[in-house]
Amino acid sequence: MAVKQISVFVENQVGKLAEIADYLNEAGVNIRAFAISDTTDFGILRMIVNDPEKAEEVLLENHISVSIIDVMVVSIPDEQGNFAKIMRALADAGQNIEYAYAFLTPEAGFATVIVRVDDPQKGTDALKTAGIRVLEQGEII
Amino acid sequence: MFFQKEIETMGRKELEALQLERLKWTVDYCYRNVPFYTKRLDEAGVTAEKIKSLKDIQYIPMTTKADLRDNYPFGLFAVPKKELVRIHASSGTTGKPTVVGYTRKDLDMWSDCMARLVMAAGATAEDVVQISFGYGMFTGALGLHYGLEKIGATVVPNSSGNTEKALMYMRDFGTTALVATPSYALYMAEVAKELDYPMSDYHLRLGLFGSEGCTPEMRWQIEAAWGLFATDNYGMSELMGPGVSGECSERDGLHFNEDYFLPEIINPETGEVLEPGESGELVITPLTKEGIPLLRYRTRDITRLNYEPCRCGRTHVRMDKVQGRSDDMLKIRGVNVFPSQIESVLVTIPQISPHYQLIVRREGFTDTLEVKSELENRNLLDSFVKIQELQGVIKHKLQTVLGIQCKVSLVGPKTLQRFEGKAQRIVDLRNQK
Repeated sequence: MAVKQISVFVENQVGKLAEIADYLNEAGVNIRAFAISDTTDFGILRMIVNDPEKAEEVLLENHISVSIIDVMVVSIPDEQGNFAKIMRALADAGQNIEYAYAFLTPEAGFATVIVRVDDPQKGTDALKTAGIRVLEQGEII
Repeated sequence: MFFQKEIETMGRKELEALQLERLKWTVDYCYRNVPFYTKRLDEAGVTAEKIKSLKDIQYIPMTTKADLRDNYPFGLFAVPKKELVRIHASSGTTGKPTVVGYTRKDLDMWSDCMARLVMAAGATAEDVVQISFGYGMFTGALGLHYGLEKIGATVVPNSSGNTEKALMYMRDFGTTALVATPSYALYMAEVAKELDYPMSDYHLRLGLFGSEGCTPEMRWQIEAAWGLFATDNYGMSELMGPGVSGECSERDGLHFNEDYFLPEIINPETGEVLEPGESGELVITPLTKEGIPLLRYRTRDITRLNYEPCRCGRTHVRMDKVQGRSDDMLKIRGVNVFPSQIESVLVTIPQISPHYQLIVRREGFTDTLEVKSELENRNLLDSFVKIQELQGVIKHKLQTVLGIQCKVSLVGPKTLQRFEGKAQRIVDLRNQK
């Protein structure tokens, strides 16, 4: 059901992201989606990768703080009104959205939205009931 | 239990008369035998005859660790080498070590001091005492060693390192008392738990800890792990080694061996002598030392003196546990801040590591303090809200203890520098252009 996301603590420092990207690259980890958010002191890099355990291992080895967390990966036709549909289904299920990020796959005509809610299981059930497709870990690799 | 009861419980008046007589002796001895002091005392216009009361000590110039280093190795010695029976040296974290020498009489005095303190802490001739300080140039191990032998205890000079073997001796010899640093005592308990022997195979009842500070939390942990009674003792090689002061079983301050060491508390910035009970830098004058006598040695340790009589019957003044170091002391917006205070707060917060760095800046006309610490709990890091909540908690706790606001920054684990010897955790950028 839920997909594993890698969250990385990034100090605000020139070159820190490049360093993290290099570690992942050297370990053969492919990044499928990511988002960076920041405050003045530090940022959080959130990624969906092909091999989350491997990514966690290589970053920990290099003293970079990482946690793995469950998120929902929602695939929906790239049409007006569909984002509203997702949000409505989650709101009706009482799910609070901590954060979300999205990317397009224009050829296929689909948008992929990654959403972190309080209870990914409940959120997934609500979306499925509303006829929205939620991807499994295996489907994104 | 007393080693030299008549001295340890001597009336204050009598004790002070003895101190005055010995202070005059040591000033005269320094003047006649150490050219460094001849010059210093001449410049200050002080002679032994001019000292009429203990209060007159304030006119004597103070001695610092830098003076010992500048006179490396034997420049401050008052006797020719043939009179010395032992030489020790301090670790020397920066630059040259400080070297100290002992005459036969100095060693006798040292072991008497040590014997008094270990008996005050509760050691007896029945005890089997394992010494887990490193032997060698360091004064800790040999200081305790001779003091414990003097009271008739069975000494096991195990030294530090090879913890499993030390634990084997402890079980097989029926060791009842341990001499170690508090952190090594904790480490030994950890190792003991990993071995396949029940803790009931160990018979430790008393800990004689020193050479580094011990927070109440740490002491409690050591006592719980070993089921022993933990005591602290204090000293430094420049003054002799351990044996300058130590806790009696009341554990309400560390009693000085005041007939041999005259303590004062000064304001570390102005050098002014403070009233009894006030907190400041500890300055000590050894009163009978022959090898390397010192006048008003600045320890850089911050503490308080308590002249109230102790329930144990000893009359010699007690000092509080050292609160910090005056060379580490930061003055921020007029408030004294010690890294040890910050450390005591950080160790209580499990989500962060106890490693930290302090950065002091001047922004406009205001000093600011930033405390950097490592985020340890990885479960928090997906959520800004949780991280910021944690920052808020740390900030609030620090403000309660320090009395000033500071900025709290969290960094990744193992990114702050680690120190093997003395940690250097302060970055003061206030006087940088």
